[in-house]
Amino acid sequence: MERVPLERKVLSENDRIAAGLRARFAADHILCLNLISSPGSGKTRLLERTLESFDRSERVAVLTGDIQTENDAKRLSRFGFPVKQITTGGTCHLDARMIERAVVDWRLEDIGLLLIENVGNLVCPSSYDLGEAAKIVVLSVTEGEDKPLKYPSIFHKSELLILNKIDLLPYVPFDVAAAEANARNIHRDMDIVRVSCQTREGMAEWLTWLDRKREVARAAAAVS
Amino acid sequence: MHEIGIANSVLDAVRAERRRFPAGHIYKVGVRIGELAGVDPDAMSFCFEALVRGTELEPLALEIEYCPRRYQCRSCGRSYAAPKEDSACPDCGVWDSEFLGGDELELAYLEVEDGTRATGT
Repeated sequence: MERVPLERKVLSENDRIAAGLRARFAADHILCLNLISSPGSGKTRLLERTLESFDRSERVAVLTGDIQTENDAKRLSRFGFPVKQITTGGTCHLDARMIERAVVDWRLEDIGLLLIENVGNLVCPSSYDLGEAAKIVVLSVTEGEDKPLKYPSIFHKSELLILNKIDLLPYVPFDVAAAEANARNIHRDMDIVRVSCQTREGMAEWLTWLDRKREVARAAAAVS
Repeated sequence: MHEIGIANSVLDAVRAERRRFPAGHIYKVGVRIGELAGVDPDAMSFCFEALVRGTELEPLALEIEYCPRRYQCRSCGRSYAAPKEDSACPDCGVWDSEFLGGDELELAYLEVEDGTRATGT
């Protein structure tokens, strides 16, 4: 028996398409962010709160992924920004080809910020590069504070943790300090923002984070 | 459960490689899966076996090399594999380390019959 080395990525085809998307986003000065969480952590609600804070002249667009239904796109389209639903029909994550197909009829030069809401799932979406500038993981306080240890992949790969639903903290036995320590045990330099989409506590901090990222993206575009 | 898609990508790669070994058979494919790859090795093996069964690839086997999170301490220079609960350096106790690996999802090697390797490709 002879052993022949291969040494390449299993998902090299996805990575190739994602690299193409990343190059197009850079050329058109688009900041693309990929939001990932368990089902029910409040990604869509967070996006609603985010979109309502933007002036209508902002060049923002949203892609929202779900296994079934157009419900999220309906919820998000009432803010007047371009929104497209990606219905995966059973697939538990978005991949780069789905993004490529979804943006094919959009004028990318008209978009400055592209927010992608992934399918609710903490595991599979972490394996697929979508050409984003950063992944963001959303964890709500009705979940376990040990989730960063159970699902290390997405916490390792995300730049920002949004700890959501903090208005519920008086009613649930969730240890914020332990959750944040667990996240930083997997990703030491992770940014963390505590948010309530109900009371809007922490929204300003999240929007500041977003502004800072957009500033960095604009500065990088100006240099290139 | 995206392991079926990952297993399919591995088999696509094996099928493409078969052209390099026209006279022989590929018996095994080696895949590296990191702790941070977001892929479950057991589910991956299960899907792989199900996909291979009844195809021209039989009796192709999958060998998984599972790779833990690995770091190098910026304080004392020690390289180490971190357990889930505590990523700090086991020597100096400081958690300020360079990430070395643990997110692998890679095709590592094939095992083929001796002497069947096509040359020049």
